[in-house]
Amino acid sequence: MNAKVSRTCFTLATLSVTMLLMGATLLAQASEADKTFRPIQPGNELLQEKLPATPLVFSAYAVVWIVVVVYVLTLWRRIAKAELEITRIATRIEGRP
Amino acid sequence: MTAGRRLVPVLLVVSAAMFAAAPFIIDTAPYESTMGLVQRIFYFHVPNAILMMLASSACGVASLVYLMRRRQSADFVALALAELVVVLGVIVLITGPIWARKAWGVWWDWEPRLTSTLIMWMVFSAYLLLRRFGGAGSEVMAAAVGLFGAVLSPFVYWSVNMWRTLHPKTSVLPNMVAAIATGDVESGSTMAGPLIWCFVAFTLFYIAVILLRVRLESTRATLERAVLLLED
Repeated sequence: MNAKVSRTCFTLATLSVTMLLMGATLLAQASEADKTFRPIQPGNELLQEKLPATPLVFSAYAVVWIVVVVYVLTLWRRIAKAELEITRIATRIEGRP
Repeated sequence: MTAGRRLVPVLLVVSAAMFAAAPFIIDTAPYESTMGLVQRIFYFHVPNAILMMLASSACGVASLVYLMRRRQSADFVALALAELVVVLGVIVLITGPIWARKAWGVWWDWEPRLTSTLIMWMVFSAYLLLRRFGGAGSEVMAAAVGLFGAVLSPFVYWSVNMWRTLHPKTSVLPNMVAAIATGDVESGSTMAGPLIWCFVAFTLFYIAVILLRVRLESTRATLERAVLLLED
């Protein structure tokens, strides 16, 4: 049952990533901005110049730590589960006549 | 295996100490002249990107050893490295666009470095999916996929030199490191120190992670043998 649920989750995740990539490819098609230059309107500064850097830097560093911590925790959980299973089976083998 | 067990806590403690000092060391680096503060993402993004390429190459070597000699230990190492490539890929493919949003004005651009990195990440994700759902014998097919993934690594590295791209060229890092010897501040010698510091910290940490992942696979193999023994 667990394997079935897990397989369905992976299939859905794969499909979602594929859909996302297809959408991104469509969005990546040349826009009007690629065909012509437009002069900047007064009072409408470039977005790039207005964008504050601090939240972006903090977000990037946070992403690194979140991904690393989640991965290490899942790794730790998998090791603990496998070692517990080993102990359980070793007890069963020892208890056999 | 015992040496590996002893090495893991040492590597984790040293890397944790280095990470604790990292913010103070990064703070000593000057702001880059055109990008300013946002360029500081570089100190975490670049070490992870370099290690992603190194891990994929090492996975290719381990896969080749497994294909040629069928050594189980090579398969365990290849699997650990492939998983690490996927994790590092997530980090690189998220922190890169965050940096790009400010530096280039866009989250994503289908330029060679970004696109080839995404393809490499997908190849190694395919490796993991194959291992997870491929059934018996999937490790041989996965080793072939790992080999193909590793072949992409030099392509990802050289892509910025081969095509016109938004990404900085590969000469940036060698110039920066070479500037340490000459003390040339203009070439970014003061940025090289924090970069090397973070690179060493991440390298030590990921070696510990690889050792743990190999240990997991080794434990699972023992478990399978024990189950067979129980069934006999």
